[in-house]
Amino acid sequence: MPGNPWFSWSYVVDNAPVIWQRTVEHAGLTIEAVAISAAIAIPLGVLISRSRWLSGPVLGTAAVLYTVPSLALFAILAPLLGIGRTPVLVGLVVYALLIILRNTVAGLATVDPAVTDAARGLGYGPGRLLVQVAMPSAMPSIIAGLRLATVSTVALVTVGVVVGYGGLGQLMFQGFRNNFYRAEIMTATLATILLALVLDLALWAVGRALTPWLRGRTA
Amino acid sequence: MSAPTGVVQQAVVWLNDPLTWTEPGGILELTGEHLVMTVIAVAIAAAVAIPTGAWLGHSGRGAGTVVWLTNASRALPTLGIILLLAAGGLFGNTATVIAAAFFAVPVLLVNTYEGVRGADPDAKDAARGMGMSNGRILLQVELPLATTLVSAGLRVTIVQVVATIPLAALAGGGGLGQIIALGMGTQRYGEVLAGGIVVAALCLAIDGVLAVGQRLATPAPLRVRAA
Repeated sequence: MPGNPWFSWSYVVDNAPVIWQRTVEHAGLTIEAVAISAAIAIPLGVLISRSRWLSGPVLGTAAVLYTVPSLALFAILAPLLGIGRTPVLVGLVVYALLIILRNTVAGLATVDPAVTDAARGLGYGPGRLLVQVAMPSAMPSIIAGLRLATVSTVALVTVGVVVGYGGLGQLMFQGFRNNFYRAEIMTATLATILLALVLDLALWAVGRALTPWLRGRTA
Repeated sequence: MSAPTGVVQQAVVWLNDPLTWTEPGGILELTGEHLVMTVIAVAIAAAVAIPTGAWLGHSGRGAGTVVWLTNASRALPTLGIILLLAAGGLFGNTATVIAAAFFAVPVLLVNTYEGVRGADPDAKDAARGMGMSNGRILLQVELPLATTLVSAGLRVTIVQVVATIPLAALAGGGGLGQIIALGMGTQRYGEVLAGGIVVAALCLAIDGVLAVGQRLATPAPLRVRAA
């Protein structure tokens, strides 16, 4: 088969608008999914780290959902929610949920009891204790969870191709169907990895900005 | 598309048809194919990851590499790797098995590494004092102490591989993912739903069986800590 290189700049240049459009789709879906997931998982994590009897069932349910393969979850959701973006988004939120939840709980568990005690002695109420003492202590772990969730989500979006919305996965699949057009698959794969790196780096920067007291130490 | 209730009904009807299960290319045959692919992928991954992890853990080298490998592998899109392998001339099933094995290695490697490295230093010291060679220490002291982590790693690995194999259907391969891909292609969404349920059920069932297996594989004295 002549002329099927693994990578070709002319493909990238000629198809730049499509690649960019898919990348934007991909990034948008990832960010939205992780944001929704965080909005659910962080408060839920705070809640279940306070009551032992809730944490078992909640973490167990999240773990069971996490065990369901992405392809199967999208396939179950698509007929119920309609083909396209929605089932992929819901599926991604479900997967990110467990990762963020676990890290929130783990982060809150590492809060130094002496610090909590000192804050209580200074007259901090439960609300202030949470916002000004517990959350900052748990922040590194939560950020680590968000980063992990983001990187996994970027890779998972591509599976959305099965229900017709896979961001850069659409390009991979199209390249595959288009007579194994290697350059297209490779470009989409590299773009996906690059997107994961960029988003990871962005979150790392956010984490650094949010935890100025850790800066002197080694990461 | 039809109303959700219609889709659910179609899925139920389809799943209740005995032919769906027993016909050539039916659920039973696809499940068999799925499991064979899983076994091959896990065997490859274990053959690579367990000895490497054990050796690295024993010598205490390569911690940075192991962690880096695990993190880096998360960013790789599985589907992209499968399609690239398929476009490289491997068929859908082979490509998927290789990709699944590839993604299984880091999980198993980290667990074996941590397990061997985390073996009680006193036990290692005692073994050395008794005159055991390096190889015997690894095989008779460190690896048995690492069983808890290695079997946990195997469980995660197997479930992950079972979950990855359905992607083969997107690369023209077999396994249970075919039901989903075929249903999407023919717009029979009831079958898509049914296929999703079958794959999910298989994964959860295997995870459940392995949870029991993991308990049995753990030496009795270590069981309390593992729970």
